[in-house]
Amino acid sequence: MVSDMRTQLARTATDLLEHDPNVAVVLAEISVDRFERAIAIAPDRVINVGIMEQTLVGVAAGFAMEGFHTIAHTMAPFLVERPFEQVKLDFGYQGLAGTLASVGAPYDYGTEGGTHHSPGDVGVVLTVPGTDVLVPGCAAELDRLLREAYADDRLTYLRASVAQNDVAFEVARGRLEVVRRGTRATVVVVGPLLSRTLTASEGLDVSVLYTPSVAPFDSSGLAAVAGPDPLVISVEPFYEGTLLPSLADALRHVPSRFATVGVPRRFITTYGTVEEHDRELGMDVAGIRRRLVAALEPG
Amino acid sequence: MATRAGLDHVRELLQLATGDEKHEESSTSTLDALWVLYDRVLRVDPDSPRDEDRDRFILSKGHGPSAYYAVLAAKGFFPEDVLAGFLEWGNPLGSHPDRNQVPGVEASTGSLGHGLALAVGSALALRAKGSTDQRVVVLCGDAELNEGSNWESILLAPRRRLTNLTLLVIDNHSSSIPMGPWEPRLGSFRWDVVVVDGHDQDQLYDALSSRSHERPNAVIADIPEGEW
Repeated sequence: MVSDMRTQLARTATDLLEHDPNVAVVLAEISVDRFERAIAIAPDRVINVGIMEQTLVGVAAGFAMEGFHTIAHTMAPFLVERPFEQVKLDFGYQGLAGTLASVGAPYDYGTEGGTHHSPGDVGVVLTVPGTDVLVPGCAAELDRLLREAYADDRLTYLRASVAQNDVAFEVARGRLEVVRRGTRATVVVVGPLLSRTLTASEGLDVSVLYTPSVAPFDSSGLAAVAGPDPLVISVEPFYEGTLLPSLADALRHVPSRFATVGVPRRFITTYGTVEEHDRELGMDVAGIRRRLVAALEPG
Repeated sequence: MATRAGLDHVRELLQLATGDEKHEESSTSTLDALWVLYDRVLRVDPDSPRDEDRDRFILSKGHGPSAYYAVLAAKGFFPEDVLAGFLEWGNPLGSHPDRNQVPGVEASTGSLGHGLALAVGSALALRAKGSTDQRVVVLCGDAELNEGSNWESILLAPRRRLTNLTLLVIDNHSSSIPMGPWEPRLGSFRWDVVVVDGHDQDQLYDALSSRSHERPNAVIADIPEGEW
């Protein structure tokens, strides 16, 4: 297993490509260097279309029409926001399966400015009915989830990021992991924010649940832990509140309170490292703790 | 299912599918080309519409599909009486075709500028499977080619030497921005370009049944204004 998700994405995709002639990869210049071996193995099934993201998604869907499981890959804003209608219609409406695998969200390209940030990617993809949305917490989880998406042959948005957790779980689509038990609130953490949330919540009497699976979401798992009168706090590596409809649906039979910790809903106009943006946006350990404590205070 | 060939019969069937008058010109201007394709060019089997060895056809522009439906019905892809329920509740024939509801339809289209990229992907996939003789034909309207997404694919297809791909443009001069002249424009992207009379079935057949061995193929079916 490699250390970063982007390299792992290329390795796992290459392995699938090597062992199944019905797997194809479509690229749009991004990460081409990481797919050199794949291109050597199967030049007819690894297509770099150039800088044309609408065609990236359309061509990937064309492969899917012919029975291929296609992995389409580029940076998040150029995979699901710029060619959103291709995602919606060419895959979603046609009823085709495939994996849309991104890098860069929410603001991994921290010096590049707002054009390259994509904290809204998950919210956008969730509007396409029937799409799985998977946000792995580390390279090992990405490997596992990509293989699951391939095996189940569903339309899946798989989001790789620079940030990673210190530990890997044996994750599966549609499953929450209970990481810590507490009584005052249930904190639901998505993807690569788990390690920092565990640190941020030390000393707080809260349960911590972890999932990389935004959709499908483990509604019964949350309901079982949250109990009869819950306060549920989401910690999300995308726009704050994106997960809220899933949380509310899971707890629709009990009176519930919610709070969200995520990327603030405003354009990011600063330049710097991912860590500097985390600090500015309240997404580092201190910021998450501050927001958790505020959520736990009586209204 | 018995099929009855003949464009006159298709025209009769077309009279069953009414209610989409705003797309009437869009529909009738495709009729000759569609008939030539399904009667003489495409290798498709109405008894096995998803047969692995079939040729592929994508009606990219989606608009005005009644002529397409009439041709499919005439060829036996679905019963002719289904046409009488065109646009009605519970009938699979809407004003844009749906691949999951209509036998013989390869792609659900209607939003302009999607079919060509799908066709490029399909052509690449067929080649990756080792197919050498199957063809992918995609029909676009001249106004549809205003959409920038098409020009991405027009750039990509020659780069990939997709000789198994044919772009059929029905140029009924509906674009407010004139799209011609076609030969120098598409030729500069390294397409093999033929312009024919869009109502002349022999010209259409000759153009659609031939295939460049070096370049993707573009057949421009010219329909003069007022001759839809």
